[in-house]
Amino acid sequence: MRKHTIAVIVENRPGVLSRVSGLFSRRGYNIHSLAVGTTEDENLSRMTIVVAGDDDILEQITKQLYKLIDVVRVYELSNISAVDRELVLIKVAANEATRPEIQQIVDIFRAKIVDLGENALIVEATGDSEKIDALENMLKKYGIKEMVRTGKVSLARSEETK
Amino acid sequence: MELTGAQALLESLKKEGVEVVFGLPGGQTLPLYDAMYHEKGIKHILVRHEQGAGHAADGYARATGKVGVCFATSGPGATNLVTAIANAHMDSIPMIAITGQVGTPFLGKDSFQEVDITGITLPITKHNYLVKDAAQIPYVVKEAFHIASTGRPGPVLIDLPKNLQVAKIDFKYPDSISMPAYKPTYHGHPKQIAAAAKLIDKAEKPMIYAGGGVIASGASKEVFELATKISAPVTTTLLGKGAFQETHPLSLGMLGMHGTVYANYAVTECDLLIAIGARFDDRVTGRIEHFAPKAKVVHIDIDPAEIGKNVSVDVPIVGDVKNVLSALNNHVKAKDPHSEWVAQVLSWKEKHPLCYKSGGGLKPQAVIEEIYRITKGEAIVVTEVGQHQMWAAQYYKYSQPRTFISSGGLGTMGFGLPAAMGAQVGMPDKIVLNIAGDGSIQMNIQELNTLVNNKLPVIVVILNNKYLGMVRQWQELLHGRRYSHTDLDDNPDFVKLAQAYGAQAFRVDKFEEIEKVMKKAIAKRDCPTVIDFVVEREENVFPFVSPGQAINEMIVD
Ligand SMILES: Cc1cc2nc3c(=O)[nH]c(=O)nc-3n(C[C@H](O)[C@H](O)[C@H](O)COP(=O)(O)OP(=O)(O)OC[C@H]3O[C@@H](n4cnc5c(N)ncnc54)[C@H](O)[C@@H]3O)c2cc1C
Ligand SMILES: Cc1ncc(C[n+]2csc(CCOP(=O)(O)OP(=O)(O)O)c2C)c(N)n1
Repeated sequence: MRKHTIAVIVENRPGVLSRVSGLFSRRGYNIHSLAVGTTEDENLSRMTIVVAGDDDILEQITKQLYKLIDVVRVYELSNISAVDRELVLIKVAANEATRPEIQQIVDIFRAKIVDLGENALIVEATGDSEKIDALENMLKKYGIKEMVRTGKVSLARSEETK
Repeated sequence: MELTGAQALLESLKKEGVEVVFGLPGGQTLPLYDAMYHEKGIKHILVRHEQGAGHAADGYARATGKVGVCFATSGPGATNLVTAIANAHMDSIPMIAITGQVGTPFLGKDSFQEVDITGITLPITKHNYLVKDAAQIPYVVKEAFHIASTGRPGPVLIDLPKNLQVAKIDFKYPDSISMPAYKPTYHGHPKQIAAAAKLIDKAEKPMIYAGGGVIASGASKEVFELATKISAPVTTTLLGKGAFQETHPLSLGMLGMHGTVYANYAVTECDLLIAIGARFDDRVTGRIEHFAPKAKVVHIDIDPAEIGKNVSVDVPIVGDVKNVLSALNNHVKAKDPHSEWVAQVLSWKEKHPLCYKSGGGLKPQAVIEEIYRITKGEAIVVTEVGQHQMWAAQYYKYSQPRTFISSGGLGTMGFGLPAAMGAQVGMPDKIVLNIAGDGSIQMNIQELNTLVNNKLPVIVVILNNKYLGMVRQWQELLHGRRYSHTDLDDNPDFVKLAQAYGAQAFRVDKFEEIEKVMKKAIAKRDCPTVIDFVVEREENVFPFVSPGQAINEMIVD
C-alpha cells in the first residue's frame, strides 16, 4: 500500500480536528501522521495527513472529507512536486566517549545539538521524512531516550496549485 | 427586536416554516419550554420517550418531505435521541434535533446531566453545533436547516446551553448564509449525461434500479418517463418503494435479500443497470462480485462519495435525480416496448410470483394483502423491523412516493409507532398504518399514550407470531433451528394493554374477520386502534438470499 500525503484546508471551527480524525478511524483509514497549523488566512487551518492506502481508498477519503461541512479543500501532494518537511527532537544518551561521534553525525545531517547534559543531548533536525528516518537510525545505537516528530508538513511548489 | 435566546430559537424555527415539534422537557430546556408556553405558531407534541420524539420527527419528514424537528433536554434526554438520529442519518432524512445543554460556565466539568452530545453524535449527524454565543442562534438555525434539507439530506443537531436560552439578543433572522465550503452539485455534467444516453441507446437489456434518492428528489415522474420511454423494467430498493407504481407492468418490485425472484433475475441478466438515487447496499447486492455481472452501470447520485464506493461505475453522474433525468430523458431514444428483454422479464414475473402456502392458521402475508385491498392501496404504511416489515414491503403495493416508511439502513425496531405518529401529524387526513411485530411494538409502545392524547388515528397492525420472528427465521435456516432467546411466548395481552392506554383494540385470528375490524379502525378518526393479529408462528419471509450469496441464488420456500 502506498503512502499518500494529503493537505486538508478546514474552517477554523471548534471540533474540526475531531471531525476529521474521527472520519479516518470510523472508516478504517490509517493515519500515519497528522500535523495541524494555522495558514495565511486566519479563518482557515491546514492539516497535513499522511495515510496509507490504494488509490480507491484515497478517492473515498477525499470524497468523505469533502462531505464534512468544515472542509474547504482537499488535495493530494504525493502526485505533484511538493516540499516536504518534518522536524524532530531526539534525546540521545551521550558520554565523553560518544559525544564526538554524535557531533559528526549531526554535522553530516545538518542537524543541531540544542541541549547538552551530563548523560544526554538533544538533537534537532528538519528535513523530509527519509532524512529524519536515516538520522534516527544512525542515532539508535547510542540509545534514544525520547523522541518527538512533528509529522510531515507539505506545500506544493509554485505553479503546482493555485 | 430584543428576544431571549429561547424566543429567538422559536422565531427562527417559524421562519423556517416549522409548524410542529416533538419533544419532552427537562432541566436544561426549562427556558425553551417557558417560551413554548406562550408560543402559538408552533404545535408541540409531548412524547413519552425522547426516542419517540426523534422517530416522530423522522416519520413526519418522510411523509411530508419537510424537515422534522425534535427537542430533548441535556444528558439522558439527548442520549435518548441517539438511536433516532442514527436512524435518520443512515436513511438520509432531513431532521433537526435541538438539545438543551448545561450552561457554558458548567461545560466540561461533568456537571449534572452533562454529556458531550455533539461528540457522541459526530459520526451520525450531517453536521452539529454546540452554540456558545446566543447572538449566533438565528444563524445556526438557518445554517442547520440549509444543511439538513439540501444536497444529500440528513440530521443536524443543535446543542443549546441553558444560559444562552435566557440571554437577551437583538433578533434579526438572516436573509442569507455564507457557506463557501458547502456546495452540493444539483446539475449533472452534460458530458456525463450524453455518455449515459449513449449507453442507454446501445443497451438491449436496460434496467432501472431506483432508491430513496428518487423520493428525496421528488422525481417519480421523471423515472416513469425514462422507464416507459426506453421500456426498462424498474426495481426499487426498500427505501425506493413508491418511487414507481408497483402496479405497472414494468415494475419488478423490490430487489435484494428479500426481493422478488424476477427483480433479482433481471438484475443478474441485464446489460445496463441505471442506478438512480440508490447506494448499492449489501442487502441489495448480496455477493458483490455477482451483482449485475453482465451490466454496464450508470449511477446517478447527489453524493459523490456514493459513486464507486461499493461497485465500479461506467458512467457516474453527480447531481439531483430530477434535474439529471429531465435532461437525460430528452437525450435518449425510445425503445420497443415489446422487445425480447421485456418479454423475458414479463415471463419471469408470471412464472415466479411472490407466494406463500395457504392452509393452517392466519397467514401474515394474507393479512397484508387483505389490508391492501381494504385500504385500496392508499394508506401510508409505516413499519417496524423484522419479518412483518418485509411482508409489508412485498404484499402491499405502493403507487405514490412517501407512502411506504421504514427504517432501512439502521433497521431500528421501535421506529414504526412513533414514525407513524409523525406521519399522521404531517398527513392528518390519510390512513396511517403501523405494521408491527410483537417484539418491535414493545420497544416504543409508550407512544400509544401520545397518540391517544393527541387524538391521532394511527392503526397499529401487530402481526403477532410470539417470536422475534426475523431472528428466529435466521436461526431456523442458518443455525440448525436453535431458537436461542427469540421466543416471546409470554407477551402481554396487547388488546388489554392498548385499552389501558386508551386506544381502541381488537384481536383477530380468522381471515374473515379482517375486513370488519379494519373498517372499524378506519372509521375511528379521533383515537388510535391496535389490532392484534394472531398469525402462524413459524412463517418465513421468502425469497431469501443467504448472506454472502449471489442474489439470483434465492431460497424460495
Ligand atoms: C430486515 C431488513 C431487510 C432488508 N432487506 C432489503 C432488501 O431485500 N432489499 C432492499 O432493497 N433493501 C433491504 N433493506 C434495506 C437496506 O438495508 C437499505 O436501507 C436500502 O437498500 C437502501 O436503499 P437505497 O439504496 O435506496 O438508499 P438510501 O439509504 O435511501 O440512500 C439514498 C441515496 O440517494 C442519494 N440521494 C439522496 N437525495 C438525492 C437526490 N436529490 N438526488 C440524487 N441522489 C440523491 C443519497 O446520496 C443516497 O446515496 C432491508 C432492511 C432491513 C432492516
Ligand atoms: C433495536 C433492535 N434490536 C435488535 C434488532 C435485531 N432484530 C432484527 S429483526 C428482530 C426481530 C423482530 O421481531 P418482531 O418485531 O416480533 O417482528 P417479526 O420479525 O416477528 O415480524 C430483531 C430482534 C433490531 N433490528 N433492532
